[in-house]
Amino acid sequence: MKKVLDEGKLILIAIPVLIWTLLPIYHLFVLSISTQESMLAGKLWPEKPTLQNFQIVFNQQHYYLTNFWLQLFNSFLIAIATGLLTLFIATCAAFAISRLKAPGGHSIMNFALATYLIPAAFLAIPMYKAMGTFGLLNTRIALILAMVALASPYAIWVLKQASDKLPKELDEAAIMDGANSLQLFRLVYLPLMKPSMVVIGIYALLLAWNEYLYAFLLLSSEKAVPLAVGLGLFLSADDAPWNLLMTAGLIYAIPPAVIYYGFRKNMVTGLTAGAVKS
Amino acid sequence: MTTAAMAPPTTASGDATSGQARDRVFWGVLMLAPYLLVFAVMVVYPVAYGLWLGLNWQSYKALFADPIFIRTLVNTVVFLFIAVNLKFLMALFLSGFFVQQRAWVRFMLVLFILPWAVPSIPTILSFRVMLNPENGMINQQLFHWFGIVEGPGWLTDPTLAFASSILVHIWKSLPFWTLILVTGRLAIAQDLYEAASVDGANKWQQFRFITWPSLATLYVTSTLLSMIWTLGDFNSVYLLTGGGPGDLNHVLATLGIRYMRNNNLDLGIASIICAMPLILPMVWFMVKRLSKGAE
Repeated sequence: MKKVLDEGKLILIAIPVLIWTLLPIYHLFVLSISTQESMLAGKLWPEKPTLQNFQIVFNQQHYYLTNFWLQLFNSFLIAIATGLLTLFIATCAAFAISRLKAPGGHSIMNFALATYLIPAAFLAIPMYKAMGTFGLLNTRIALILAMVALASPYAIWVLKQASDKLPKELDEAAIMDGANSLQLFRLVYLPLMKPSMVVIGIYALLLAWNEYLYAFLLLSSEKAVPLAVGLGLFLSADDAPWNLLMTAGLIYAIPPAVIYYGFRKNMVTGLTAGAVKS
Repeated sequence: MTTAAMAPPTTASGDATSGQARDRVFWGVLMLAPYLLVFAVMVVYPVAYGLWLGLNWQSYKALFADPIFIRTLVNTVVFLFIAVNLKFLMALFLSGFFVQQRAWVRFMLVLFILPWAVPSIPTILSFRVMLNPENGMINQQLFHWFGIVEGPGWLTDPTLAFASSILVHIWKSLPFWTLILVTGRLAIAQDLYEAASVDGANKWQQFRFITWPSLATLYVTSTLLSMIWTLGDFNSVYLLTGGGPGDLNHVLATLGIRYMRNNNLDLGIASIICAMPLILPMVWFMVKRLSKGAE
């Protein structure tokens, strides 16, 4: 009896939590299969569900969507470039700080952590100004560099922690066998760090894919912006075709959701470990 | 095992060890170089440049003469206080739900993470359409079920619009912090609870004397971290209401950008610098804490 009661209490909590969590996502989905008229009716389920919106989006048959595929490509390009660059920079830096005990490594780690903690929105204006003086405004390189700068600190920190956990004896044994630093990096460090590197690469990739503020500040040409900014353009009209926006938004949300669920176990332990540690 | 025991064998000559030391320093510096380059170009230079621009005393006078700025300061503090506390009370409660060892609860956790896993733009815009006072789903449903002809102005009434952005902010960040607290709760030894229930402690006493003392440090650290990040939340306000209606609902993160977009860069920089006395102590504290944890 008590068991049934407990279960009942849990279900009473579960229902509102599920509604709260899923309603906006469900709404997103409903609009994406609604026609222009039924979208304005605010129904819980559209009268005549249709896939026509997807057809319009894929064929770029609307003023706001003329560059849909190009912007989707930009999103991919920026995310992948950010992921790879961050991975390279952070893997090297974590090795230098954690294994080689490079001079100044400790202070660099602290500066990096400070950058990570200062909210990105507050770095955006100075970074925008700096990009202007570099002449990089409105280039995808500007956004990639900005995202690398934002993703690296946390990446270094997580990789450094993972690297600190590798036994020192491995290095010492390799050094005794006459391995130099580069060989240590290639033969000992890289193979053991692979799991953490996957998590960090995905972290940077998702950060760049999801970014809106920096993308919309640093890029303005419709051909250079990623899809996030392309979707934001819908905000400029009051009678925007929200159903098309939601359709494109759904397509935009799927890759990160799939990646997240594919790597869920690693991501959750990898990313929460850092915050829980202290 | 002591380090002395692991020192290189005596056969290695002094030359070889100093050669190895030089090799380590060389590669150490070289491998830090890419990050240092990015850091110098993308962080140090912009920040220094921003501080230099921020030296203009006139912009602070203009800033404090702007009623929108004063309103924004108040908004920011209220947003921070309500959003962070509400979020953490919910996260604390829900983490107790999600540690239940049941298959369906574990499956629900997978769904519960969704807001955190999907990008903000589509979901916040979905909120925006859903909360539209005239043809949004919420008010249409209120009409349909309860006959409310003129539903609340979720995005047009200043107070409600502000509350809506807090709601969206919590919706987006609650899963992450719940997960953190779940991890924290899972680290508590189960036999403590068993011993307590044998001694006849009720659920509240178990929480009060076992769960809370074990979670307190994590709770406080997380709250602080969340405060810093909430301060920088641009999307929840900008994408939902654009700081409206009538620029009444800006927070510091959106106001700086608004100044900048209106070709008033100096005011944008000045408004950010005004937030620094609030942010920097927290950042300093967290850096110390996190780098200590990493040692």
